[in-house]
Amino acid sequence: MAGPLTLYDKIIDRHRIMSLGAGVQGREERLLLYVDRTVLNEYTSPQAFSGLREAGRKVWRPQAALGVVDHVNSTAANRTDVVEDKGAQGQMDYFARNGRDFGIEMFDVLDPRQGIEHVVLPELGWVLPGMVIAAGDSHTTTYGAFGAVGFGIGTSDIEHLLATQTLPYTRLKRMRARFEGPLPVGVTAKDLIMTLIRKIGADGAAGHALEFAGEAIDALEVEGRMTICNMAVECGARVALMAADEKVFAYIAGRPRSPSSAMLTEAQKTWADMRTDKGAVFDREIVIQAAQVAPMVSWGTSPDQAGTIDDVVPDPEAVAADKRAGVVRALEYMDLAPGTPLSDIRIDRAFIGSCTNARLSDLRDAARVLRGRRVAPGVRAMISPGSSSVRGEAEAEGLDRVFVEAGFEWRQSGCSMCLAMNDDVLAPGERCASSTNRNFEGRQGTGGRTHLMSPAMVAAAAFTGHLTDVRALKLLEA
Amino acid sequence: MEKFVSVKGVACPIPAANVDTDVIMPKQFLKGIDRSGLAQGLFHNLRFDERGNARKDFILNKPATQDSRFLVVGPNFGCGSSREHAVWGMLQYGIRAIIGTSFAGIFADNAANNGLLLVTLSASEIAALFDAVGPTGREILVDLEAQVINAGDLSIAFSVDADRRAALLDGLDRIGSTLRQADSIRSFEAEYLKASPWLCDRIDA
Repeated sequence: MAGPLTLYDKIIDRHRIMSLGAGVQGREERLLLYVDRTVLNEYTSPQAFSGLREAGRKVWRPQAALGVVDHVNSTAANRTDVVEDKGAQGQMDYFARNGRDFGIEMFDVLDPRQGIEHVVLPELGWVLPGMVIAAGDSHTTTYGAFGAVGFGIGTSDIEHLLATQTLPYTRLKRMRARFEGPLPVGVTAKDLIMTLIRKIGADGAAGHALEFAGEAIDALEVEGRMTICNMAVECGARVALMAADEKVFAYIAGRPRSPSSAMLTEAQKTWADMRTDKGAVFDREIVIQAAQVAPMVSWGTSPDQAGTIDDVVPDPEAVAADKRAGVVRALEYMDLAPGTPLSDIRIDRAFIGSCTNARLSDLRDAARVLRGRRVAPGVRAMISPGSSSVRGEAEAEGLDRVFVEAGFEWRQSGCSMCLAMNDDVLAPGERCASSTNRNFEGRQGTGGRTHLMSPAMVAAAAFTGHLTDVRALKLLEA
Repeated sequence: MEKFVSVKGVACPIPAANVDTDVIMPKQFLKGIDRSGLAQGLFHNLRFDERGNARKDFILNKPATQDSRFLVVGPNFGCGSSREHAVWGMLQYGIRAIIGTSFAGIFADNAANNGLLLVTLSASEIAALFDAVGPTGREILVDLEAQVINAGDLSIAFSVDADRRAALLDGLDRIGSTLRQADSIRSFEAEYLKASPWLCDRIDA
């Protein structure tokens, strides 16, 4: 019998079809992994379907795949299924055709279930504890919030997965991050994960499955846990995991694609064991005291180049030698001078959206800050709900009016200005407070400058016109 | 997939850490439904200015390195987005191998699936290789059969996962080779789904 196991190893063991031999370089066994489900989008899947066509192959288990248009579509309030961009239109048309030809259900841009893939799947009840879900998007790590192994793959592996329901797989090393103690008031899931990324670096969890644990994690609702697992890829984790608990079981129950309640009762017997055994060994452990976490903002062009809102822009001369060139380059791109207080940085744009932070709880957080307030003069602010369902739920509770009255554009759903593949882009030199996940050069538009932060912090910056500690603003309840 | 046995060519140094796939292949090159036209996209915003003119200060625009076959890179190369276009663009440009200390996981898988060799070296080995290649690049030899890099007097041994090396040397059809195990997959799947019937509920017609 094996000794105590991590949650990651338990899930991989349950999906292991056969060995593909030992790896080298001290790495672990290669194996053929069974994949439960996948989600497809219009921009990383086309060449996979073309590959299947060229080889005359069909999809192994079409009902285990679901497609949703999210990356290239318009988020205009009055959008149609036609866009001016011929490339984007070609991708959406080919996507629909692939769904028809291969028997895969696809949500087009006008479908009421459309939204960002990693928001849509959980709200459908498509993600269950103990699953392996691989998909053509790096933020597939989101599903770790449900105790599911989720990881991003490229287009060749999408084709392999569609054709065989499997992937050749190298087992990862195991890492655990514990957030001890309760979460301070005014601090969000986004601040926890940005704190970890800053601490361990953009490759701090590379090659590892990263499990999150501790009181502050347990205290989060499922949506906040998704934010953390989503951004785990920004410190290099290929997989993020959290043990599923009663909150997860309650979240899953009653959703359109969730198993029936009788089936869920049966499933929970298996899921009860879907947690890391006491005494299981991690290759690396890290502990963060949640009490020391404060609202975070990024100042650079890598997600680990960030600080608390009361920090200043770092001096390249004062950072470690191996980080210096990166800081110099980042400050040049971001047009920031060393020693500038982060809260003095003025913004041109504010964006709330993305698979990281555009769920209903995120919108509520932002609305609490914006209620009865106006966006600062000169700031263009927009919000793109994580899914069309989230948009509808937000409207039902009047959040749209709060945003519109504050001067935000209330847009339709999509990846939007997180990666700016549609026409939601920053102009060169524009500076944006953004609830997204990546501050890479050009990410939100060529020459655009991104500051990552929580939705509440974006709302605060939109109101004052500069990066702002949201805890200093009085919150007005409905 | 083009086979990789032994390749000689210019190695270009790109020492920055955390070079992400947004920088390697910017969004404006992601709108196709095929793999074409991506050589132009490689490092596009670093190689070209707003008017499309080559930026003379970017390393791949120097006369000595514009026909590079190899990149020697900093840590965590290829982080960020899963876009395989980054790897397709490398190969279309003519890059056959990338040598560094660490590569992001998805990027590494994409490279392996397309015959782009990634060589992982230790920090001291990569420092020696950066020294040998110099700031403007030089010709080196990457021999996958012997698993060795030669740069002038410098010779560095490396190792690659056995199945990935075989695929690079022989150009294997991965899906075809997995489908030879179709019976094993089918019997695993039947047993697995029988033991976890909730995985089929409201999914199977």
